[in-house]
Amino acid sequence: MKFEDFVCFEATVPELQARDREGAIAEIVESLDKAGKLGKGNCKEITRVVIKREKEASTGMGKGVAVPHVKYKLVKDVILVKDVIAAIGLSSAGIDFSALDKQPVYSVILLISPADEPDKHLQAMENVFRHLQQEKFRKFLRQCRSAEHVEDLLREADENSSL
Amino acid sequence: MQAEQDSLEKVVCETEVEIKNADGLHMRPAMQFVDIANQFKSDITVSNNETEVDGKSIMQMSMLAATCGTKLKIKAEGSDAQKVISALRELVEEKLFGEPPP
Repeated sequence: MKFEDFVCFEATVPELQARDREGAIAEIVESLDKAGKLGKGNCKEITRVVIKREKEASTGMGKGVAVPHVKYKLVKDVILVKDVIAAIGLSSAGIDFSALDKQPVYSVILLISPADEPDKHLQAMENVFRHLQQEKFRKFLRQCRSAEHVEDLLREADENSSL
Repeated sequence: MQAEQDSLEKVVCETEVEIKNADGLHMRPAMQFVDIANQFKSDITVSNNETEVDGKSIMQMSMLAATCGTKLKIKAEGSDAQKVISALRELVEEKLFGEPPP
């Protein structure tokens, strides 16, 4: 799976206002909602479940990145999450994500996956971590200052496996 | 399971395990795996057919995309290699990471 298969580029938040993880998660989910990816009236509920999951165990994996995510039950005709959907949020100031290495998080990749498609979730995560694993990619992502920069970087990463 | 002994200190053990919980090796199971792996001195590598990763790194373990039914090779090298293999096999194949089968 490639970034372009599941990342909603128009929902990128190039500069998160929040300094805490709950606020950051809320901003990114809201941005996905504004992009029309979540169906009507689900924004708050999805925010709630992502934060609940995050509190169970931090997805701040260290090295300045966090990957909050949730598997969401598809309620027929109500929730539009039928495929994995993701959005990127960046913070130049850094967010306290209770990360494993206790360091601030600068790049957040938030994923919402349909609960009945566990394999798709794993494939999207594989793609995310294959790139986050690379120091160069983490550095470039952190340096992005606009949604366009993020889109360019992710599309380049889709073409270039060494990024 | 194969065990090969070079000397008293350097033991290499390998085994193959199958992911049997429905949701596969997503982040929470991967965390459990890494937590157990880090309790041992041995170097631990985990591989599917394509990728070999460090069994003590959560980021690398998340790269395996091991869905239910995937077979993974676990290799441990060090004085406690045998214990590593039995602890990880138990987590994956007997406890199913505390998750339901399909």
